[in-house]
Amino acid sequence: MSFVAFLGAIETGLLYGFLSLGVYLSFRVLKFPDLTVDGSFPLGAAVVATLITQGVNPWIATVGAMVAGALAGLCTAVLSVRFNILNLLASILTMIALYSINLRIMGRPNVPLLNQPTLFDDLETVLPVWVILLVGLGLTKVLIDFFLTSDLGLAMRATGMNPVMASAQGIYTDRLILLGMAMSNALAALSGALFAQVNGFADVALGVGTVVVGLATVILGEAIFPSRTVRWATLAVVLGCLIYRLVIATALNADFLGLRAQDLNLVTATIVVLALVLPKANLLAKLKR
Amino acid sequence: MISLADIHVTFNPGTPLAKPALLGINLDIAAGEFITVIGSNGAGKSTLLNIISGDILSERGRIMVGTQDVTTWPTARRAPLVSRVFQNPLAGSCADLTIEENLVLAFRRGQSRGLRPALNNRLRDQFQARLASLELGLENRLCDRIGLLSGGQRQALSLVMATLSPAKILLLDEHTAALDPKTAHFIMQLTDQLVTEHSLTTLMVTHSMRQALSVGNRLLMLHEGRVVFDARASEKVNLSVNDLLNRFGSDALNNDSLLLS
Repeated sequence: MSFVAFLGAIETGLLYGFLSLGVYLSFRVLKFPDLTVDGSFPLGAAVVATLITQGVNPWIATVGAMVAGALAGLCTAVLSVRFNILNLLASILTMIALYSINLRIMGRPNVPLLNQPTLFDDLETVLPVWVILLVGLGLTKVLIDFFLTSDLGLAMRATGMNPVMASAQGIYTDRLILLGMAMSNALAALSGALFAQVNGFADVALGVGTVVVGLATVILGEAIFPSRTVRWATLAVVLGCLIYRLVIATALNADFLGLRAQDLNLVTATIVVLALVLPKANLLAKLKR
Repeated sequence: MISLADIHVTFNPGTPLAKPALLGINLDIAAGEFITVIGSNGAGKSTLLNIISGDILSERGRIMVGTQDVTTWPTARRAPLVSRVFQNPLAGSCADLTIEENLVLAFRRGQSRGLRPALNNRLRDQFQARLASLELGLENRLCDRIGLLSGGQRQALSLVMATLSPAKILLLDEHTAALDPKTAHFIMQLTDQLVTEHSLTTLMVTHSMRQALSVGNRLLMLHEGRVVFDARASEKVNLSVNDLLNRFGSDALNNDSLLLS
């Protein structure tokens, strides 16, 4: 793998890091199997691209994308909590609806962002994109750590682990699910918004398989760096993201494997299966010895 | 201080599976009372607890705590008034959280939860002091996950959690039923000690008549959703297992588990 390909993999890994932290919040903290991210990731891209092409400041556009993502998460949570729709189904419904909404927002399936201002314009003259992303992702991780170890964050973790006990301790579990899902999808939309600005386009098909990528990185991180505390768990998620991208890049670049770009999803599925099966088979422990 | 008036509960209402669980419960609980509740399976003991905790809402009637009408309040809203220990030791705590995290969750019962860091050293000292009095060595394991503890240790911790912040009533739902006899005895002693120490108003459901007679100062017997026997302090002291069997042996107590334990 060339250095450029390596940097590209790191950059993509960092871009998807925000998404992975969001998926960690829904799948791991709230134990809410949320497929909404397949819609909120391209939603973030769509909102940011549309706003920027209409002359809105990229920073404000990015915040707007996060707000849109939060609303998408709220929608899923309300369907599940208030109307008692099965959580997985609620998220699928929102995801499907978002496909149409994303098309409406953009007005067409694809919006290019070439020669448009982006968030990175001011910073890029000083620092390379991957450094900016690394700092941003690190900051986000620290903020999430701070939140999850606060009284409110602890209540959210208890809601996911033992909702009966949580409500007996005076925790309004419904509200925390709403809050957690909003945060999770705001992060997914942030990922999408940054993706659009780095890669110079937003596309309605951008979200296909996003949730699998997010889950793959979370599971991979947990498999390689098993940990009990929040700080280490979120760090494992971020590292999982980078390793996942490097593995993908290596697999696709290794000529002897004969893999091509269209094999991406197959490689992803294989990585998820390996990450799920290997720790159980205790093979990793044996390999480490 | 706590009064239930005309409480009715039906499970699966309006379906062919409809089953009446409580049929007009009227109950006044005075401050400081320690009530034990017995009855055969399906008598409505657990439903009575769930009615007070808010996990089940009554179809009609009224529930007052002090001067507050809590009839329609959900569980979380009643939590400042009601603390609870579950039958299953796994139900009352979070296995994947540490001892100190579980304790602080219980410590904040009835307070609003904000973005302050949940734990600090002042709280840890406080928790250590409380745990030390259990003499289980838990005070040195604040950072251990609850999942590492035995059932008895978890139940002892649940009791501490239930008494960590003030409540109008403590609900104990057969909280020694899942434990071995020795551990059950220890948990019962601890219960008695904590209830006396904090002068708690307590409602304890039990499947053991002996336990129901040996602790507390009032005894309720439920049968098919109604209170069939209510023995107050002086009356309860003179009761024996045989008295209960003689009075209610024919129908209310046709349950082997009640007789054997």
